Amino acid sequence: MLEIEDLSKVYPTGTEALKKVSLTVDTPQVVTIIGPSGAGKSTLIRCINRLIEPTSGRVFLDGTNVVILGRRELRKVRRRIGMIFQEFNLVERLTVMENLLSGRLGYVGFWRTYRRKFPRADVVAAFRLLDRVGLAGYQNTRADALSGGQRQRVGISRALMQQPDLLLVDEPTASLDPKTSRQIMRLLVELAHERGTPALVNIHDVGLAQSFADRIIGLAEGKIVFDGTPRQVTAQVLTRIYGEEDWSTTIRKVDENGEADTKKGSSKRKDTLDEEAATG
Amino acid sequence: MNASARPQAEGSLQWHRIRMIEHPLIRYGLTVLAIAYLFWSVGALDIDWSRMAAGLPRAKNMVVRMIPPDFSRTQLLVRGVLESVQMALIASFLGMILAIPLGICGASNLVPKPIYLIARTFIILSRTFHEILVAILFVKIFSFGPLAGVLTLTVSSTSFISKMLAEDIENMPSGQMEAVRATGANFPKLLTYCISPQALPRYLGVSIYRLDANLRHSTVVGIVGGGGIGQVLAASFSRYDYDFSLAIILSIIALVIVGEFFSSWVRERLR
Repeated sequence: MLEIEDLSKVYPTGTEALKKVSLTVDTPQVVTIIGPSGAGKSTLIRCINRLIEPTSGRVFLDGTNVVILGRRELRKVRRRIGMIFQEFNLVERLTVMENLLSGRLGYVGFWRTYRRKFPRADVVAAFRLLDRVGLAGYQNTRADALSGGQRQRVGISRALMQQPDLLLVDEPTASLDPKTSRQIMRLLVELAHERGTPALVNIHDVGLAQSFADRIIGLAEGKIVFDGTPRQVTAQVLTRIYGEEDWSTTIRKVDENGEADTKKGSSKRKDTLDEEAATG
Repeated sequence: MNASARPQAEGSLQWHRIRMIEHPLIRYGLTVLAIAYLFWSVGALDIDWSRMAAGLPRAKNMVVRMIPPDFSRTQLLVRGVLESVQMALIASFLGMILAIPLGICGASNLVPKPIYLIARTFIILSRTFHEILVAILFVKIFSFGPLAGVLTLTVSSTSFISKMLAEDIENMPSGQMEAVRATGANFPKLLTYCISPQALPRYLGVSIYRLDANLRHSTVVGIVGGGGIGQVLAASFSRYDYDFSLAIILSIIALVIVGEFFSSWVRERLR
């Protein structure tokens, strides 16, 4: 599905954001990428759809090397990659429906998009998604009238409207409160599993990453320093990723809480506990 | 905070405001020089105070001859005002249209550097010359009349609106553009799904403001021969028809007030 080989990025300032990163995602799994600020998390996922041009290396999506594509082919690949952002990045003055339909921009011709005449199937799909993410009835609300959590639901829906083969998710919860963060992460992971779409999720919150991920990758100074299951994340691992610190309160007590709650969907009792932990 | 920083002795804790020019001698020296130059300038320009005194009775004479204003040449007046309004409308409309491509090309976050530089040079050049200079040029080329006036106002409207549009686009948060690009949208789709909805209210607001400004400027452009009510005013002055001049001036004031009200009324509704 996704194969990254020796991917490097050097910014014009001389900063080496990525140093020969190699990574394979071959099953529809949710992979969270954790690491300190400046470790190269954002650069990594933006190099996959080339919003940032990598300096060297190869990125294969279903066998196609994305890095060498021309502009037209790149746009074709981009429409197969859904992207979700920290600041949601909705076009604020457009309605929820228009934002959702903008996920189809790569598929529908210019004049149809200009006149907002999208294929019937796209509009139906949009209504279904709105219903699924809990925003039924919001289609004509302008994006700037929504709350943070609602905006991120629109952001997720827009990405899914592309019927992507891969989801790139950049800090989806960093602008949200703890409760909304959990809800958004759960929705994201459920949708990724429902549709069998692999997702690469950058995330700051180690606890959230452990709760919802199938696999965790630790990035430090542009290199992958950990790749394993949420259970394998120990204090030593976190020290390797972030540096020396007292990690005893950060790590989820996997033995007490059992498996991450994504597999069974929501488990209310544990949620309330986590909320207390987050707010108290 | 540095770990080695220790509480300092009271005596070393001093503060004084930071001045633009630190050295007192240079600071006061420059002030004295500036004032001296001001006085010297008054002398050098040879300003003749007796002329000022002689002007006052002439001004009084003019005011007396202006009153009461002469509105009898209604047809000429109305035709002039209408011509000014039409000039302003056409110039604003053309400016709005031409400013779209120019504004987009002048936004550094949208287009390659060479295109940006060309567009910006164009905008800067057309803003360099005051409208009067442009009007005189166009009157020389296309001779007297509203054509020269419309062209002048079109040039200034285009450069003004496109500069505002370009700056507005440059100030847009990059995230929304990034998101729309990430869906695989090409440049035209990026324009219609991100740039245009976000820039539209301000673009319309600026354009309406420009319409109002063009109403005012059309009178000035007319004075150098660009048509409209301004040209009628200039003619009346040169014929010493001061009472008619006052009538024209009052009409211009009314026109500008109406324009101003219309412009703020529309812009209020655009938010």
